[in-house]
Amino acid sequence: MKDVAFGQYYPADSFVHRLDPRLKLLFLIAFITAIFLATDFYGLAACAGVLLVIVLCSRVPLGKVFRAIRGILFLVLFTAVIQILFNHGDKAYWGGPAVYWEWKIFAVTQEGIVLAIFLVLRLALLVMCSSMLTYTTTPVALTDGIESLLTPLKWLHIPVHVLALVMNMALSLIPVLTGETERIMNAQKARGADFETGNIFRRIKAIVPILIPLLVSSIDRAEELGNAMDSRCYRGDIKRTKYKKLRFGWRDLIAFLLGAALVTGVVLLRVYVGGIL
Amino acid sequence: MRIVAEHLTYTYNERSPFEKRALDDISLTIEEGEFFGIIGHTGSGKSTFVQHLNGLIRLPSSRKHFHPKKPKRGQPAPPAPVLKVGEFDLCDRRTDFRALRRSVGMVFQYPEYQLFAETVKEDVAFGLKNFAEKKDRPRAEEIETAVREALAAVGLNAAEVGEKSPFDLSGGQKRRVAIAGVIVTRPEVLILDEPAAGLDPLGKREIMELLHELHRTWCKTIVIVSHDMDEIAENCTRVAVFKDGTVPYVATPKELFSHAEELYALGLDIPLTAKLTAALARRGIAIDCDFTTEDFLAKVLALKKGGAS
Ligand SMILES: Nc1ncnc2c1ncn2[C@@H]1O[C@H](COP(=O)(O)OP(=O)(O)OP(=O)(O)O)[C@@H](O)[C@H]1O
Ligand SMILES: [Mg+2]
Repeated sequence: MKDVAFGQYYPADSFVHRLDPRLKLLFLIAFITAIFLATDFYGLAACAGVLLVIVLCSRVPLGKVFRAIRGILFLVLFTAVIQILFNHGDKAYWGGPAVYWEWKIFAVTQEGIVLAIFLVLRLALLVMCSSMLTYTTTPVALTDGIESLLTPLKWLHIPVHVLALVMNMALSLIPVLTGETERIMNAQKARGADFETGNIFRRIKAIVPILIPLLVSSIDRAEELGNAMDSRCYRGDIKRTKYKKLRFGWRDLIAFLLGAALVTGVVLLRVYVGGIL
Repeated sequence: MRIVAEHLTYTYNERSPFEKRALDDISLTIEEGEFFGIIGHTGSGKSTFVQHLNGLIRLPSSRKHFHPKKPKRGQPAPPAPVLKVGEFDLCDRRTDFRALRRSVGMVFQYPEYQLFAETVKEDVAFGLKNFAEKKDRPRAEEIETAVREALAAVGLNAAEVGEKSPFDLSGGQKRRVAIAGVIVTRPEVLILDEPAAGLDPLGKREIMELLHELHRTWCKTIVIVSHDMDEIAENCTRVAVFKDGTVPYVATPKELFSHAEELYALGLDIPLTAKLTAALARRGIAIDCDFTTEDFLAKVLALKKGGAS
């Protein structure tokens, strides 16, 4: 459970951590756009370079960023295998035959291998840049940023603040719930429960003694939280002030320019160079 | 079963920014038959320590892929940790941890939150069924008997509450059911993490009386973690004081609570009897009692009688 690296804050005092969360969100969108627009390895290399600079600035260990890929390892491998087995392209990028092996609908081709590598890199970059956002931004700052960016929806009478509140609570409850799960698991282990051995049905059955106490206490907690908010006369629909105001500073400007330059660069690459794919 | 711990060290979230050294080279021996108390400021490592005792927290050397760390050059190798509970060597990965958990019962803080089954009886039987060997599963009547006895041992009537849902009981009753669910396998050592927390004074007293009864009958050794000094003075044979992952003092309540200054310095309190004894001592009346209410009162009354005559 603790190995889930994706979506966890990594506390450090750095340039990247202090950036305005709204900007980081926009930057992420720009970055993802750039990754999808890049149709060749140069584009991906540019994205990877920028990502590397960001990681180095953020003081998050590189290993931790790479570990984020583990969460989607299966997806990555699956994509790669599908690409390699089913691509029937006949482009030859290097010497030798373009098609190595063919059988019915399956084929291993040079193009398939190149595309597989390309897709794997693309997926890896996607996950790494998204996890950089969560490594360097606290959940609270993140929801603040999202709420602020979604402000236009308020004009359509969509209750953005309520959505933000729900998101905020869900995020802040994750560590509470994991802690509680661990505690209940330990308590049941002390009573001889076994979660690690046996076939799939036994294991599913073994989860019941964890799930029920967890559900019961979650419902209790939700009710208590609701009562606490009620008794403090909380209302989401009136204008609320913020304890921490988001501010856009010079750092953010630099980051903004960097992001804009990256996307423009990738687009130009695409238009003028064409690439190897 | 005798519990021996030497040079025990434990760090949460090692090599991460959340790294936290919870135990720092702890050595502690708990003899068979003791009613052992553990006190300490919040976050001092009490729960971490007791979770070692039934293998919920494993020592590195008992894990699957263990490679002993090489000592840094120029530094002596740190002493190897030792943790033994009776015959079980918890440093050895070949130890049968299931058998260990069967003989070392563990009641967590607020154990009522671990209840899950549809009826009280089923919940109490959970541990019994889990620990049963595959070959000779206990028969239904055996389970029934064991559950009834366990419930009786915590002062509940199986005929009355047995078929109820555990969620329909009162807080104190739930806690009793949870304790019954642990003692149903008749562990030799029973560990309780703040068993009386959140109960009213009467409930607290009842739980402590219940533990004494268990100590006399079922469980040879009892270890309790507690914040309530009166409870400790009243019940324990010896006490270990935890401070930031170390154990600065292990003593009988009598020795320990005569050193009020040291305890105050650790952010801990002393029992009411010790406060009264100190107040009397300031007025020149020396009382030599072991700080249980009974002994204190007896000594005071004896003094009064002596003074009157
Ligand atoms: N699962 C965990 N992950 C990370 N750190 C933990 C975990 N459990 C405990 N700690 C930390 O280890 C230290 C010791 O915790 P422990 O629970 O053993 O204290 P305690 O003496 O039982 O305190 P209390 O009296 O509040 O129950 C604390 O500083 C705590 O923050
Ligand atoms: Mg504790």
